[in-house]
Amino acid sequence: MIEVEAVAKRFGETQALAGVDLVAEQGKVVALLGPNGAGKTTLVRILTTLLAPDSGTARVAGCDVVADATPLRSMIGLAGQYAAVDQLLTGRENLEMVGLFYHLSKREYRRRAQQVLERFSLTDAADRLVKTYSGGMRRRLDIGASLIARPPVLFLDEPTTGLDPRTRNDLWLFIEELVAAGTTVLLTTQYMEEAERLAHQIVVIDAGRVIAEGTAEQLKERLGGDTLEARVANPADLERAAALLADVAHRIPRTDPDTRRVSVPSNQGTALLIAAGRRFEDEQIALADLGIRRPSLDDVFLSLTSAPATGGAAGGRVPPSYGTADGRAQAQPQDVMLR
Amino acid sequence: MTALKLDREAVPARPITPGLALRDTGGVAKRNLLRIRRTPQMLVIGAVQPAMLLLLFRYVLGGAIHVPGGRYVDFVVPAIFLEAVLIGSMTTSIGLAQDLQSGIIDRFRSLPMARSAVLAGRTLADLSRSVISLAVMVGLGVLVGFRFHNDVGSILAGLALVIAFGYAFSWVYATIGLATKDPETAQVAGILPFFILMFASNAVVPVATMPPWLQPFARHQPLSVTISAVRALLEGGSLGHWLWQSLAWSAALVLVFFTISLRLYRNATS
Repeated sequence: MIEVEAVAKRFGETQALAGVDLVAEQGKVVALLGPNGAGKTTLVRILTTLLAPDSGTARVAGCDVVADATPLRSMIGLAGQYAAVDQLLTGRENLEMVGLFYHLSKREYRRRAQQVLERFSLTDAADRLVKTYSGGMRRRLDIGASLIARPPVLFLDEPTTGLDPRTRNDLWLFIEELVAAGTTVLLTTQYMEEAERLAHQIVVIDAGRVIAEGTAEQLKERLGGDTLEARVANPADLERAAALLADVAHRIPRTDPDTRRVSVPSNQGTALLIAAGRRFEDEQIALADLGIRRPSLDDVFLSLTSAPATGGAAGGRVPPSYGTADGRAQAQPQDVMLR
Repeated sequence: MTALKLDREAVPARPITPGLALRDTGGVAKRNLLRIRRTPQMLVIGAVQPAMLLLLFRYVLGGAIHVPGGRYVDFVVPAIFLEAVLIGSMTTSIGLAQDLQSGIIDRFRSLPMARSAVLAGRTLADLSRSVISLAVMVGLGVLVGFRFHNDVGSILAGLALVIAFGYAFSWVYATIGLATKDPETAQVAGILPFFILMFASNAVVPVATMPPWLQPFARHQPLSVTISAVRALLEGGSLGHWLWQSLAWSAALVLVFFTISLRLYRNATS
């Protein structure tokens, strides 16, 4: 449904996209994952005919984004990061207007606007001006508007950024419902959780290039297996703890003085955990935490989009607005494991 | 959220016929008229500015300006009518810049609607501001002593010419709004053509009082020829070629700035 081949786009000095390839099959969700400025939005703008590529070709639902732009527009829906609905119209008026512009008949766009209002729990607010809506209601209306013509391909540019967990979950359920009914979705996101939950395929882009793609599982496999991680209570114990773990696991541990963490790759599961726990007790090293960590998509993202680590305290270059969906502490980059 | 059966009928792609383009234009105009109705304060501000100009020239500066063969109030009020519609069409630039900023233009551009509809619908809806503003100025003008001196048909033709010129000029402002992409910049940039056309013209002083190098421009620029035509239509006197020159200017403005603004719209990036 979406085929992108060697698409490049430059804005002045900035190479926003440097030859991107991507395929999305019908009824699948592809998540574009990448830090701010990676080129996600540029790609979405090209695929929705808002921007012409400098080179390369892209087809959506069989239509070329440049040559067949008008028929293409009837086949897509776009919901943006910045809810593009008219604040001075009511929710219903917004939906009916978009329906009219998809060239639905009046009877049809009225009926469908009502359906969308019901589906997105906006019936009570239907005839209120959008400027009185909460952020979540606006986003629902925005996505509802993009669905009014039931387009076979849907582009969602950071659909849940800034939404509370409940609203986000509602939207996820809805997207899953659409996909089950055959809609193809391309979504951009900074939330690993979102990509993991929704996407059949994840495309990681950074600085205008695809740097990895695959399912969430495939991407995690690139990072190897589990790690055993200990956090010492007293920074002075860090070296001793590292020596201890090296001895137990027969691997070279990685230490991070900033967070007082020591970690080693572990493929022995709980046996290693228990052995290490005994040794820590024997040697009387006080621990704040000890456990087995499975690599998360966060780790994948950070290791892929960070500069290679150059020492003990490998600092991932984390974009300022980066955060995990539910606000839990960010995972530490584990670049070392990629080697 | 209740479950909804999502019928999988996508909208068939239809080529954009003139009929569909007209329907899209109507949809955009309706949207903008609703916005105008829901921000009545904008209408008031739009009428206050020309009213201030009118009072300024009628009571503050007018006494010092002498026009040959007539009263100053009859000289200046038709010019104020035109300034009122120019100020009205200035809102087109601000409105389009706002739409670019809010992202709603992105939404429109991603829809299979006619490209010209967003601009045509906007300028047509903004015309309502000009009409209201002109009506207020006519009332205020009469209140401060302005009198019509011609038959009803000519007077209506004169007022229609004012509206036509204001509409033509809204395409200039559409271009400014799309080029500046920012409401504040659009507002500041929009004052410039208004200022030049208003003061280097026959609007508030007779052209004969200006330095010779300025006179040809001041006499033949679009606003001046329109003011000459409107004065003749509202108050009698020789219409000469002014009417045709004004209509030609209006047609040229629409043609040129429609083309430029449509190109800017196609390539718009917010």
